[in-house]
Amino acid sequence: MAVKIDDKIIEYVGILAKLNLSEEEKKKAGEDMSRMLEYIDKLNELDTRGTAPMTHIFDISNVFREDEITNGDQSGEMLSNAPRQKDKQYQVPRTVE
Amino acid sequence: MGLLELTALELGKQIKEKKVSVKEAVEASFSRIRESEETVHAFITLEEEKALKNAEEVQARIDAGVLSGPLAGVPMAVKDNICTEGMKTTCGSRILYNFVPAYSAQAVTNLKKAGAVIVGKTNMDEFAMGSTTETSWFGPTANPWNKKHVPGGSSGGSCAAVASGEVFYALGSDTGGSIRQPSSFCGVTGIKPTYGTVSRYGLIAYGSSLDQIGPVARDTADCAAVLEILASHDKKDSTSVPRKDYNFTEALTGEAKGMKIGIPSDYLGEGLDDEIRTAVLQGAELLKFQGAEVEFFDLGMVEYAIPAYYVIASAEASSNLSRFDGVKYGYRTGEYEDLHEMYKKSRSEGFGTEVKRRIMLGSFVLSSGYYDAYYLKALRTKALIKQAFDRAFEKYDIILGPAAPSTAPAMGESLCDPLKMYLGDIYTVSVNLAGLPGISVPCKTDEKGLPIGLQMLADCFEEKKLFRAASAYEKARGRWELPISGCRPDKEGK
Repeated sequence: MAVKIDDKIIEYVGILAKLNLSEEEKKKAGEDMSRMLEYIDKLNELDTRGTAPMTHIFDISNVFREDEITNGDQSGEMLSNAPRQKDKQYQVPRTVE
Repeated sequence: MGLLELTALELGKQIKEKKVSVKEAVEASFSRIRESEETVHAFITLEEEKALKNAEEVQARIDAGVLSGPLAGVPMAVKDNICTEGMKTTCGSRILYNFVPAYSAQAVTNLKKAGAVIVGKTNMDEFAMGSTTETSWFGPTANPWNKKHVPGGSSGGSCAAVASGEVFYALGSDTGGSIRQPSSFCGVTGIKPTYGTVSRYGLIAYGSSLDQIGPVARDTADCAAVLEILASHDKKDSTSVPRKDYNFTEALTGEAKGMKIGIPSDYLGEGLDDEIRTAVLQGAELLKFQGAEVEFFDLGMVEYAIPAYYVIASAEASSNLSRFDGVKYGYRTGEYEDLHEMYKKSRSEGFGTEVKRRIMLGSFVLSSGYYDAYYLKALRTKALIKQAFDRAFEKYDIILGPAAPSTAPAMGESLCDPLKMYLGDIYTVSVNLAGLPGISVPCKTDEKGLPIGLQMLADCFEEKKLFRAASAYEKARGRWELPISGCRPDKEGK
């Protein structure tokens, strides 16, 4: 099957992953990913028709609980981790004109 | 025997009997840290002042009879991807270089209730992605047995801190072997519990369907005692599983009479060091001596575990790590024009090479057009791996094998070839895919003087079988000494 990882795919994956890669990094990323996918293609030796994808090991369905507040107001501690804050809010570059 | 040579339970007993104060224990720990940290570098953050203050509080609660658990007052360390309220938690990454959580992980809360004194946060591969602790933004950790070698990873800091006697036990996390492999490389005992046994609340996520917190300690009894504290049903983690029986120490019988142990022939083939193969077979003989029946069998699916693991773990990582964007916490780039540039530059500068490699792979296998061929294929493979283990556990109580195909590699040897490094995870990753509990117990050193670990696996929720077999093996093996000064000479020091 071997997918060819070209510049277009790396560019696209960079957008999905929200990463800025230099030309050199892109080249290396393409090589690394091609090599890894070639290895992952080993899975194609397996006949998995009739085997359902297994997301959870245990047979669990949704776990519900009441949406009750059990902790106090920690907004101060939370905000203190922000690289920039203003008026008790996270500060980011302007997003709407 | 010096204070530092005691196991966590032995120290806990002396504290209880007032032969040692909590303050003395913490001071002993820090004096050892000052001695060895310059060369070992097991810690990212040390909190001496907080630990000493905490020691007083814990002592008061012990004296008042409020705290009576077996590990009250014993100094320990926490891997730096597990949140500790008011104590920096970096994940070994620049992107979280200054993050101070507003809350503690449930595992840490449970420990604090039991009187644990945290001395600091241990080094790790960035976001637990790596097998050597060399990808940490804070620099590598050295193996206490030979400082030119890696401690393994990703919980390399926790394992090195225990092996060098800096702390009496530590917390690690295991997504694809990150407790068992460094435990093997550092000659300590580490267990990855059944998925869902220890709450993941407050564990910074890597591969959520695979991640588990577990103890790293000097022997099996310490691991069982720590796991009794850590394990709990937690409503804040929807994958947490309530268990009927948390009495793990009860299983430490020191015998293995009638236990059925299987050694997968496909674990002993090509790629395994001869010395480790011999060590596994000798381990099997000791278990037979303790009453177990041992035979070889074909497990199957072994060669498919690594490709399936790297697809699933990377896919989950790419989603989990999307929260790091320079807005709510951690690193933000200096200059940017707009929001998207800020996200991209912060992430590109904040994440290291291995983390970016896995985010890229994960984004790719989840992308439209490739999802079925890679991600779903890996999930179907996971089902087949689980079935192979189910068949094995119909016949055997324990699966015995190596924890890693080699002993600790020299520093700088692994990172240049990532695929080769991934292949070192062959005996550990399938265990996470199948949700099983697994323990690594030190058995001997190789001709270079580096420790070899035996790995034992049990079916889901059968930790007690693991502890029983491991305690039986330990009894036959005899006391295992760590490279703590005055305890065992550093062989490579000669």
